[in-house]
Amino acid sequence: MGSSIRLTGTAASPGYAEGPVFRLTSHAAAYRPRATPDEEIEGLTEAIGTASAHLADLIDGTSGEAADMLEFQLAMLSDDSLASPAFVAIRAGAAADRAWSDALDAEIAGYESSDDAYFRARSADLKDIRQQVLDALTAAHGPAAPSGAILFGEDIAPTRFLATDWSKGGGIALTMGSSASHVAMLARARGVPMVVGLTSAVTAPAGVALLDAEHGGVVLEPAADEMEAFRRAAEAYRARRRVAEDAVARPASSANGIRVRTMVNIAHPSDVERIDIATCDGVGLMRTEFLFGTTLPDEETQYRAYRAVLDWAAGRPVTIRTADAGGDKPVPGLTVEEGNPFLGLRGIRLSLARPDIFRLQIRALLRAATHGDLKVMFPMIAVPEEYTQACALFAEEAAALDAAGVAHRMPPLGIMVEVPSVAIAPELFADAAFLSIGSNDLTQYVMAAARDNTAVAALNRVTNPAVLRLIEAVATFGRDNRIPVSLCGDAGGDPAAIPALLQAGLRDLSVAPAQLALAKAAISGVTV
Amino acid sequence: MSDTAEAQVEIRHAVGLHARPSVKFTKLAKTFAARVEMALAPGGPWIDAKSIVKVMATKAPKGTVLHLRASGDGARAAIDALVALVQRNFDEGVEGETDVRPA
Repeated sequence: MGSSIRLTGTAASPGYAEGPVFRLTSHAAAYRPRATPDEEIEGLTEAIGTASAHLADLIDGTSGEAADMLEFQLAMLSDDSLASPAFVAIRAGAAADRAWSDALDAEIAGYESSDDAYFRARSADLKDIRQQVLDALTAAHGPAAPSGAILFGEDIAPTRFLATDWSKGGGIALTMGSSASHVAMLARARGVPMVVGLTSAVTAPAGVALLDAEHGGVVLEPAADEMEAFRRAAEAYRARRRVAEDAVARPASSANGIRVRTMVNIAHPSDVERIDIATCDGVGLMRTEFLFGTTLPDEETQYRAYRAVLDWAAGRPVTIRTADAGGDKPVPGLTVEEGNPFLGLRGIRLSLARPDIFRLQIRALLRAATHGDLKVMFPMIAVPEEYTQACALFAEEAAALDAAGVAHRMPPLGIMVEVPSVAIAPELFADAAFLSIGSNDLTQYVMAAARDNTAVAALNRVTNPAVLRLIEAVATFGRDNRIPVSLCGDAGGDPAAIPALLQAGLRDLSVAPAQLALAKAAISGVTV
Repeated sequence: MSDTAEAQVEIRHAVGLHARPSVKFTKLAKTFAARVEMALAPGGPWIDAKSIVKVMATKAPKGTVLHLRASGDGARAAIDALVALVQRNFDEGVEGETDVRPA
């Protein structure tokens, strides 16, 4: 018995799994061409039919995003124009497998060359379709993975994932793959541990594998002591998960019983589909940049987006931030080219410079406010005049809606605390209905270290005493003047930063939905 | 003599004519006997609006004006139904991809 083999990679879906290795092979089975082009055409037609029937079976047991993906694949496969170049090539003498691969490769190349990330991602669907038909052509399905197996290979097709029985555990270990892939999303949704990008020269793994998808690694042919250590780590992980899952269902409070409101940050209205409103105290930050993608959104589009989230929140507070375009987020037709965009025309500066566009957003917000507990905040406020001007625009639009007899409500108007001038002199902003600390920008501006530059990442720390002192000053100012203060940067969901934030006096944190459970668990361990 | 009909409609769906909208669009087109074609410009090129492979290949983003034309039985009804589907945002409300950006 040789020594074990340890491979490291990136965790794409957290968890631990132990089981027999099952190798994912890509159509290794050789295709045996038939005698005539007519028979080849018949063979390909049958293979497409087999693959379609298989997809239809999968759709039956699936819902949501996975079902949409399968429906799309089935529609593509049912469209004669997908295979027609292959049939032409077969008539010209090509073998069915080559003809099909070439036809699909041409389609795939079209998607891969797209400027649009969404269309580029569809190439994975086309590759999946290509493989399903090749498998049917060569009858290369092979044995199904035993339940509880660790599927090991270069990559795995979404349909293969969906066709696998995960009820007895198991996991996925890939030498290629990506944590942003469709399969990774499916794995996270189903709680299947998955590691991608394994550094592996192992061509024929066999025996038992230990998959650590918390840290990103796999051990092949483990020794007894490795097995033991792995099981201890897996049990500790499961225990932490249980605590976190118990905690997520309850309102968060510190170890000594101080209530901490925990809200979620959302980037897009559809984000809320995956969040149970009962697990959070509302939305602390809803970004609106998503609306400003390639074209400027009209009032109706914005109104529907805001209303959708307010309806979901069922009366809990929802804080929407007006457009924070600029900085690292250029918008065609809105932002301007600048040498130093983080210090330029971004956030409220840009909105005030383009009142024509800002007024559309204001009207949509005023109208949406009648549907729930809406609050609105302005990003990148540096001086009180900006707040006053933004409030004046709200008042003007409210008056116009009033005159037109359109239902609306004036929401509380607050500001983001992210420019150091506000954190240093918060008393200048005593008129604001509330203050929300944007810890990412505040940290990068205080430390003069860009958050997207890994070379200075060590400087970009919210726990630097200078940053924490400003946060504490803002929290104290808010408490003394009865102005609510919250924090909505990444630090709010960072278990390592949470103790310091609570010590600084914060009692309202807004975190990424995926961080909610861990944030609540971290809060419950702090005594303040 | 057979019917003909045509119309233009702007895609307002946040992510454009992507997978799910394309599935709905081509499924609906296929319910009509008429020949239905689509183009991104008034002068074409015209493609078969019943083919999801071809519809997806146009990669039409939000804001694209779709040109539709149909001929044959029920041409007018086909165009009206497809225009209505696009105007209803493919019955999806607001949807889309987004650049996730921290606070």
